[in-house]
Amino acid sequence: MAFRDGPFENFKVPLTWTAALAVLAAAGGAAFLLISDNREDMTSDGYGGVREGFDSITAPISSVFAAPVRWTGQGSDWIVGYFNAVEENRRLKEELKRMQAVQDANIALKNLNRRYEALLQIRTEPAIQMATARAVAESRGPFVNARLIDAGTRKGIRVGNPVINEHGLVGRVVGTTTGVSRVLLLSDVASRTPVLIDRTDARAILVGDGGPNPRLEFVRGTDSVKPGDRILTSGDGGVFPRGLPVGEAARGVGGGWRVKLYADRGDVDFVRVLLFQNFDQLVDPRALNAPPLAALQAAPPPSPELAARIEAVAPARRGSEPAPVPVRPVTPAPGTTAPRPGATPPPRPASTAAAAAPRTATPPAAAPTKKATPPAAAPTKKATPPAPAPKKKASPPARRPDGTPSRPVPYNRLNPGGVP
Amino acid sequence: MRRGFQVRVVGPQHWIFIPALLALAATVILATPVRLFRLPLPEPVIPMVLAFTWPLIRPSVLAPLVLALCGLFLDLLWGGPLGLWALMLLGVYGVVLMARSFIVGQETIVMSFWYAGLTVGAWTVACLLMFLRTGTMPNLLGGAVQVIVTLALFPIAAWLLERFDDGDVRFR
Repeated sequence: MAFRDGPFENFKVPLTWTAALAVLAAAGGAAFLLISDNREDMTSDGYGGVREGFDSITAPISSVFAAPVRWTGQGSDWIVGYFNAVEENRRLKEELKRMQAVQDANIALKNLNRRYEALLQIRTEPAIQMATARAVAESRGPFVNARLIDAGTRKGIRVGNPVINEHGLVGRVVGTTTGVSRVLLLSDVASRTPVLIDRTDARAILVGDGGPNPRLEFVRGTDSVKPGDRILTSGDGGVFPRGLPVGEAARGVGGGWRVKLYADRGDVDFVRVLLFQNFDQLVDPRALNAPPLAALQAAPPPSPELAARIEAVAPARRGSEPAPVPVRPVTPAPGTTAPRPGATPPPRPASTAAAAAPRTATPPAAAPTKKATPPAAAPTKKATPPAPAPKKKASPPARRPDGTPSRPVPYNRLNPGGVP
Repeated sequence: MRRGFQVRVVGPQHWIFIPALLALAATVILATPVRLFRLPLPEPVIPMVLAFTWPLIRPSVLAPLVLALCGLFLDLLWGGPLGLWALMLLGVYGVVLMARSFIVGQETIVMSFWYAGLTVGAWTVACLLMFLRTGTMPNLLGGAVQVIVTLALFPIAAWLLERFDDGDVRFR
C-alpha cells in the first residue's frame, strides 16, 4: 500500500508552518551558539576548534579568490601614486628634514639612556623576536574588526602576541592554527588595550567600538590629555610590551577622547607579529629557582696531591700577607642587593681553606669579586682608582654586556683574583 | 504533429543553493584586505538579500537551514560571535514569512521599504546583542556604512523575486 493511499491520504502539512518550525529550530540553535560563544575571552580555548579549522581552510581559498582584487588594488595604488607623486615628494622632503633633527636627538638620548640604565642597574627587556605575515582576509564591520594572517604556530605565534605594521600597533592575535592566525584589531568592539599618554605618562584604556577611531577611557588625572598627544602601550597587564606607538589623541564628536590610529596611515597588508607572550618569558625560570650557590656545588674536592701542595704553600703565603688595606667605600647603586663579599677574609688554616672557601665567600655576581681581590693586589686596584674604575664597579653585577646573566664566581682564597 | 510542452522545473538548487554559494563567494572576495583608490572595499551582509527574498519566493524547510549555515559562515569568516548573523538572518526570514501575504504582489518600491526596515531592524538588534555581550555600543557610523551598502543590494533582491517568484505555479 502506498503512503498516499493510507490513512494519511488527505493529511497535508501547511508549508508555511513547517517552514516556520524550521526557522524556530535553526534560530534556537543559533541562539544557543551565540550564548555559549566566548570569543571575548581572548584565550585559545575561547577561540575553539571549529574556528581554527575554518580559518585553516578559508585562508588559502581566500588568498586565491582575493588575487584578482589584490592585483586591481595594486593597479589603483599605481595610478594614485602616479598622480600624487609631486605632492608626496614634497611631503616626504619636509618629513625627512624633521626626521634628521629627531635622529640626532635620538642618538644623544639613546646614549644618555644607556648610561642611566647602567647606573641604575635596570634590567632591560631583551629584543623581541618577530614573525612577518601577510593579511589574507579582513572584516571591517561594526561588530567585528579582525584580520586573518598567513602565519601561525609554525612560526612561533601564540594567542596574545601583539601585531604591528610599519606605522604602529595593529592589534593582537586571538586565534592560531599551524599556518593561519586571526588578529583582533584595536578598533574591534571587544578590544581593550592599556595605554599611556606619552607627554604626561597618564594611564588609560583604549576601547574599540567598531569605528575607525577607538575611544580613550578611564584616563587618569585631570588635563592629562591634549589633542595631538602621542598614545603608547603602557605594558600594564603584560599583554603588550611598553612603548609601542598606538596613535594620536583627538576630541570625538561627543566630546570624549578618541585615538587616531597610526596603523591606519597605510594598508594593513604586511604585518609583524611580536613573539612577546608575557613578562615571565623574559627570564629563565630555572635560573630564578636555582640555588644561589649552585656553581659552588660543582667544584670538585681537591685531590690529595693538590691538598698537600696547598698545605706546603700556605705558611709562606700567610707570612707574606700585608696588613689589610681599608677599602674605599663605594656607594652601591640604588636597588643593589648583592651582598658585599668579605674583602679581607680572615686567615684560616691552610688545611681547612679549600673546604671552607664555599662557605666563607658568597659573591653572587662577577663584579663584587673584583672588590674581593687579594690584599696584595688590592692597593693597586682600589687605592688608585682610575677614571673608569667607578663605572666598572657600578656596572650591573649580574649581567654581561650581551644581557645574559653571568654565572656567580666562587671566592677562592688561594686564587682570589680568579686568575686561571 | 503535436509538440509537447517543455516544463521548466525550478528546483532548490536554482533558487537556494546557487544564490547562496554566489553570496558567500562575493563575501569572501569583498573580505580582501585591499584598498581601491585609498578606500577599503565595502562589507555588505549579502545573505540579507536571500533572507528577504526566499520566503517571498516560496516557503521552504530547506531555506532557513541554508540561511543559518550562511550566517554561521559569515560569523566564522569575519571572526564575530558565533551565531550572531545566523540569528539575524533567520529573524528577517521569519518576519518576512509571517508577513508574506502582505508583501507578495506589492510594488517594488513598497518591497524596498520592507527590505530597508528589516535590514535596519536586524542591525539594531545585532547592536543591542553586541552591547549586551561586550558592554560597548558599536560605532553608529561604522554600522551605518554597512547598512547602506546592504541596502544598495536591493536591486539584486528585486531581480531574484522577478526571476523566481512565478517559477512554480503551485506557489502563485
